[in-house]
Amino acid sequence: MKTITRQKPYEEILQQLEFCNRVFIVGCGTCATVLQTGGIEQVLELKEKLQESGFLVTGWTVIPTACDEMTAASAGEHEAAIQGANGILTLACALGAQRLNFYLDKPVLPGLDTLFIGLEEQPGCFMEACDQCGQCILGYTAGICPVTACHKGLLNGPCGGTNKGKCEVDSDRDCAFTLIYNRLKEQDRLDLMKHYHPPRNAQVSPRPRVKILDQKGIEQWV
Amino acid sequence: MTFKQILDSGNFVVTAEIAPPKGTDLEQMNHHIDLLKDKVDALNVTDHQSSVMRFPSLGGCLAIKEQGGEPILQMTCRDRNQIALQADLLFAYTRGIKNILCLTGDAITVGDHKQARGIFELDSVQLLRAIDSLEESKDLAGNDLTGKVTFCKGAIVTPEAEPWEPQSYKFEKKVDAGAEFFQTQAVYDLANFARFMDYARRFPVKILAGIVLLTSAKMAKYMTDNVPGIFVPQDLIDELSGVPKGSGLQKGIEIAGRMIAALKQDSICDGVHVMAINREEVVPDILEAAGLNGQVD
Repeated sequence: MKTITRQKPYEEILQQLEFCNRVFIVGCGTCATVLQTGGIEQVLELKEKLQESGFLVTGWTVIPTACDEMTAASAGEHEAAIQGANGILTLACALGAQRLNFYLDKPVLPGLDTLFIGLEEQPGCFMEACDQCGQCILGYTAGICPVTACHKGLLNGPCGGTNKGKCEVDSDRDCAFTLIYNRLKEQDRLDLMKHYHPPRNAQVSPRPRVKILDQKGIEQWV
Repeated sequence: MTFKQILDSGNFVVTAEIAPPKGTDLEQMNHHIDLLKDKVDALNVTDHQSSVMRFPSLGGCLAIKEQGGEPILQMTCRDRNQIALQADLLFAYTRGIKNILCLTGDAITVGDHKQARGIFELDSVQLLRAIDSLEESKDLAGNDLTGKVTFCKGAIVTPEAEPWEPQSYKFEKKVDAGAEFFQTQAVYDLANFARFMDYARRFPVKILAGIVLLTSAKMAKYMTDNVPGIFVPQDLIDELSGVPKGSGLQKGIEIAGRMIAALKQDSICDGVHVMAINREEVVPDILEAAGLNGQVD
């Protein structure tokens, strides 16, 4: 599982940095490194570009996993350079950016857009596999999630746009219901194609979603 | 007679389709309504077809009612959540709009508001069931409703869908959800369509074959190559390409009329749904070519 990110256009990065002239850059050694959006190489490229644009880059680091609690210690190692900056630009995902906000008293600015949680289907090919809807129906759909694999998130079968097993929005993408049908057929469970799925509950866990696991391991939902 | 009574009468049913304007100039739409309202049994009004923002389907249906016609409200699940869909259904009923065609809706990305959010909170099967619930005087949350509603519920099916099997399961779910009539995606190969009808006849629903007017060989070729679920046989494409320049429309009218006549003659299906996209003014010519000259009830 990886958080899939894409680097923002450089113009948008510059717009966010309009208020400052000294920048510290933070990359992430996990997802953003694998995705080549916020690893050492991309951090150094951005450092050069910002310097060419007239910024003073006070320092940079690539935190092993920017979204976890070790980020506090990693940030501490660069305290002087961070204090010398008036803006922190991060090439981590939005979780990493928000984690940095816990520890830094300076504006943290995202250099990446966070797109989805991806499952690496084949090396280098990440697919959106779960929408975190809170009502898993994979047991009825041969393990293929129509909420994410169907462009419209339909539950009860293909729309009229399905075309030779592909999706109307992109002929390179498979129609989720052709995949589901084929796999249910292989499993000799085609009866499940008849199963009526009622409308999904859009408020299974109302936003913003928070879960607390106390020290005894007892779950609490807020 | 209501549209439901016409469907149940066993007569060959004819519906056509009009499209609301992009804006508030209703002149052309009202002209099409005036031209067609007495020549067909009911008129569909499309719901932001191809995901292009327009004057609403409900507004078009009200215009049909005002002019004394029988509307079929096309309702997609693309732009409204379940609260808005139910509210529009209640409103439609109070204004005499009793026929609803339940559709999923095209993808947002094919339309003109490419950054809009596609809702799809319900799908077409769930929308049919939602109407069923309203008819039981309950909303989707299980709350009681005052007053009563009764609709004639329709849905669509794509007889040429490839692969067919997943589509057939959806068709049957729509039947189970209470669909009373189906208007099909355009059909051109009557032998294929007759095979579909052999299957569809097993269900207690009325099937209106989709007739989309072809206006040139180029259009026919484009449709068969690019539009999901449409197959135009080569002999029809050849027939269209064989006519002199400028006569494509006339040939298309002839083909559509011939197909309707054949469907009626051989009692292949229960009726037709004529879609003369952007050429609504020739629908009477198509019906005449089909030998359907009589005014409807």
